[in-house]
Amino acid sequence: MNDMSSEGYVTEDGRKIGGTLMEMKNITLRFGGVKAITDISFDIREGEIRAIIGPNGAGKSSMLNVISGFYVPQEGEVWYKGARRPQMRPYEVAQQGIARTFQNIALFEGMTVLDNVMTGRLNHMKTGLLSQAIWKGKAEAEEVANREKVEKVIDFLEIQAIRKTPVGRLPYGLKKRVELARALAAEPSILLLDEPMAGMNVEEKEDMSRFILDVNDEFGTTICLIEHDMGVVMDLSDRVVVMDYGKKIGDGTPDEVRSNQAVIDAYLGVSHD
Amino acid sequence: MFYREAGDYKTTYQDDNQTFPIKFDRYRYYFVLVVAFALIPFMLNDYWVNAIFMPFLIYSIAAIGLNILVGYCGQVSLGTGGFMAVGAYACYKFMTGIDIWLGGVQYALPPINIFFSVLLAGGVTAFVGVLFGLPSLRIKGFYLAVATLAAQFFLVWLFNKWEWAYNYSASGQINAPERFVFGVPVTGPNTEAWATYLFCLVFLTIVAVLARNLTRGSSGRKWMAIRDMDIAAEIIGVNPLKAKLTAFAVSSFFIGISGALFFSVYLGAVEVGEAFGINKSFLVLFMVIIGGLGSIFGSFAGAAFLVLLPVLLKNVLVSGLGWPTDLAAHFEFLIVGALIIGFLIAEPHGLAQLWRVAKEKLRLWPFPH
Repeated sequence: MNDMSSEGYVTEDGRKIGGTLMEMKNITLRFGGVKAITDISFDIREGEIRAIIGPNGAGKSSMLNVISGFYVPQEGEVWYKGARRPQMRPYEVAQQGIARTFQNIALFEGMTVLDNVMTGRLNHMKTGLLSQAIWKGKAEAEEVANREKVEKVIDFLEIQAIRKTPVGRLPYGLKKRVELARALAAEPSILLLDEPMAGMNVEEKEDMSRFILDVNDEFGTTICLIEHDMGVVMDLSDRVVVMDYGKKIGDGTPDEVRSNQAVIDAYLGVSHD
Repeated sequence: MFYREAGDYKTTYQDDNQTFPIKFDRYRYYFVLVVAFALIPFMLNDYWVNAIFMPFLIYSIAAIGLNILVGYCGQVSLGTGGFMAVGAYACYKFMTGIDIWLGGVQYALPPINIFFSVLLAGGVTAFVGVLFGLPSLRIKGFYLAVATLAAQFFLVWLFNKWEWAYNYSASGQINAPERFVFGVPVTGPNTEAWATYLFCLVFLTIVAVLARNLTRGSSGRKWMAIRDMDIAAEIIGVNPLKAKLTAFAVSSFFIGISGALFFSVYLGAVEVGEAFGINKSFLVLFMVIIGGLGSIFGSFAGAAFLVLLPVLLKNVLVSGLGWPTDLAAHFEFLIVGALIIGFLIAEPHGLAQLWRVAKEKLRLWPFPH
């Protein structure tokens, strides 16, 4: 059905998917004697929604942590934008245009929603300490310019009303949305979402799914997400990587994955009759 | 009723980013500035300046400095006294003219104007602060507090032993010579109350504005991000070492200025162990905690609280109730301590939080909702 040559392909709903943006080559990650990830390779193409699924403890979050620079794999290479990525600290990865959200919300509780989302712009704000201290002129202009970008994201995610509310006061679902806003504000090349719908009710899940699709559609952002809700994953994603016990057991479109026997056995369950 | 933002619409982000977005607040701020600069200098006498205004102004600078480090960046420091000492001694060297021995030849710099001496002293302290801030990348919380405690003791020891720092004076003290700003003496024995007051006020105003600008911009957000969750801060692209070190630098810069003023303008003569001991570190830390962590206003409030309270108590106990001075002095400690504890139980987020709550209430007053 889909032509998956390196030049990219066109999805069923007519979105154009570009070439490879990021490629994981034979990643192996060990914690002492425990192998969290064993020899996994997959790629993420420009503009697609890529999902990583698998049962608990399959190594999905570890994979995301490898991508975002938290973990350094013992073996394997990460290729990004056509070049091998040297070992780097998480903040350097972020500066390269990779933003992420966390499974357990990692917002700055003492700051307002607006300030939290503004932190997403930090990589785009370059004025020095001195001009910031003086404020008038360069720093203020930069602040206003970035505020405009942030307000667009705030509009997009429909969180205008809570703009000046301290994050600590918000309910869970909104916090998730604010975290997505912070990641989006960075205008990332790749957006990593670690279980964006965990702990949400059906309506919140629907909202979040819509936002993810809209983000991909409107900004063309490449998205790599981990999710447990199979229905959501199969609906949202263009291609799916399936992991189990740190190994890759399937890779392909949702339909291909759904019909893959190994995946059915490992993830969707084996019938014991 | 008078205190509301309804109808006060902001049409630009500039307006929305103001320090005082509510009109009433803004006018009150201008009013305070006018009173502080144009009215108070004419009403001062020596007692008011020495007992209240001077310590308040100088400790406010120190509290703002420490608040940037502890309140905004979340790095606990007990080295404030030591950093103030660096500021004081650096200022002393700059205002008396630095002498350097290089290859057996002595080079002596001419004395620098007191205003710039104070600024340069802040710069030197910033450098020292960064040095002692380096461990903050690896150690956090109480352990960092202990590391900065080492800075406190080391610096006091250094200025006791290092003769160059106190110009080889026999007493080991440093004495501020007479120095002028626009022909008016601000240090030395012949100063006038209003001149020293204004000199410190200018510095406090500059420091407060700079601190506010830094904390509302991207630097402030980096610091607060590190404070609230350092892992998340790193993942959005904040270099933790850089953010922490800039916090140490800015904080120490302000603390250095306060130390320089404390020595040169306020005390005039300083013995390092006495003036800049561990007590000073705790005093400024208490100011920051009582005033409110992460709030510029809180720094002022905390400094005012801890400067005014003893004076108030003394007046009440000695002048009002007729207690003997020594008894009153000891009771003062008890009462201040008890007040601090009681206060922190009632409002752990400090005076700034009280102020915030009061403002929210006032916005709705006289309606309950």
